[in-house]
Amino acid sequence: MNRWKHFFKTYFLTELRAGLWLTWRHLFKRKVTVQFPEERTPQSPRFRGLHALRRYPNGEERCIACKLCEAVCPAAAITIEAGPRESDGTRRTTKYEIDMFKCIYCGFCEESCPVDSIVETRIFDYHFEKRGDNILTKEQLLAIGDRYEVMIAEDKLEDAPYR
Amino acid sequence: MSFMQLLIEGFWIVGKILLILVPLILAVAYTTFAERKLIGYMQMRLGPNRVGPKGWLQPIADVIKLLMKEVVVPSGANKTLFLLAPILFIAPSFAAWAVVPFDAELVLADTNVGLLYLLAMTSIAVYGVIIAGWASNSRYALIGSLRSASQIVSYEIAMGFALVAVLMAGGSMNLGAIVEAQNGSALHWFWIPLFPILVIYWISGVAETNRAPFDVPEGESEIVAGFHVEYAGMAFALFFLAEYANMILISILTALFFFGGWLNPFQGIPYLEPATDWIPGTVWLLLKAAWFLFMMIWLRATFPRYRYDQIMRLGWKVFIPITVVWLIVLTFWIKFEWGWWFDGRGIAAIGGVS
Repeated sequence: MNRWKHFFKTYFLTELRAGLWLTWRHLFKRKVTVQFPEERTPQSPRFRGLHALRRYPNGEERCIACKLCEAVCPAAAITIEAGPRESDGTRRTTKYEIDMFKCIYCGFCEESCPVDSIVETRIFDYHFEKRGDNILTKEQLLAIGDRYEVMIAEDKLEDAPYR
Repeated sequence: MSFMQLLIEGFWIVGKILLILVPLILAVAYTTFAERKLIGYMQMRLGPNRVGPKGWLQPIADVIKLLMKEVVVPSGANKTLFLLAPILFIAPSFAAWAVVPFDAELVLADTNVGLLYLLAMTSIAVYGVIIAGWASNSRYALIGSLRSASQIVSYEIAMGFALVAVLMAGGSMNLGAIVEAQNGSALHWFWIPLFPILVIYWISGVAETNRAPFDVPEGESEIVAGFHVEYAGMAFALFFLAEYANMILISILTALFFFGGWLNPFQGIPYLEPATDWIPGTVWLLLKAAWFLFMMIWLRATFPRYRYDQIMRLGWKVFIPITVVWLIVLTFWIKFEWGWWFDGRGIAAIGGVS
């Protein structure tokens, strides 16, 4: 009996028709595509995208060249050189570079920073046009921080109760 | 006939050929678009929608891209054969269109061996595949071409038997006559008496055109792209064009053989027939063919690829026996004139006065 059942199932293409019915139903289902530049998916305030160096409200850069981020970076993407600043002799970075090709966006630098200087913003749609552009210098990182400070501060504030 | 007359005749034929080929090429372009859209929809995506309004210019953009690309001839390849292969592949798939009737009178070559010619043209394309695979000097291409060749040859037999059944039912090898034999109503079409043959012809057609789920000759996960791995630019586009032209051909042939070609499906229905009388037959044919083209895309969106031995088993051990059995059934069906499909061609007709 079972053999006959199997025979009929095979020759009447039962399972194939079930499969076709499934795709037919999906043809009319709501489409889930997010059309990226016009539509965006919601982001968490903890989103880890493009890096930035922040400043205090008085304009002083936060980074004190403790090199914790450099040490914690699992991809060795951060390079820091430090020295006393000429104007007042405080310890500052003379070089702060992140190789964005090495970076794995783990967020450890942000976690390790004692002064909340290096942060990862929610910006993810950026690109590099030339070889070498992938290495972000201190000036570029500070500029990103200046440009998006309002957004960064908001995100940090929103996340503050949970850390 | 004077020289001038010959010349005019020649131009007239070339014009008719262009009248078939240009819409065909456009149809191929938009079949690729329809395929991407439909598969996208079946996967709950939107498919291409960026080039032009709703993505309607996508195929044009693809064609321009392919035209601009370099035709790379791999080192160690046999250059002559390498460049000849796409032509050998596309020529028969275009030539087959010569005998396809688009309406009662609308046919380029109204031959009485149309069926045989079609079978020949679809089989001869295998040369293009084998030569492409061999001339590429690539293992993947060779494996792909061998798979393709054995698959086309295997399914050719089932398809040939299926066409024999159509020939018996239609009583002619002329495609126009086959369609005329189905005249009457949607219930006079051959899809009822030839239903198993229809299914087998259709599946063999899918296998012949190397379409999913029978696309082992170009199985992406195993042999990259099969026989056309090494082709780029327009040479690749020719293979692509031929594959899709074959798909459309198979769809149109299925409509012609089993679904009454250009005949109005509402024939014989009281109010609907006069209401749809003004629609030209070509529209009906293309609508029917479009449904089968949709089916091909639907199959591709639904089924995973068959294993190679399963393909061979299906072709040799399932399809050929079923077609042979149905040929025998059909013989008695026609001889005893069961139903209304084969009026005037049974024993009575042979022994009778007519």
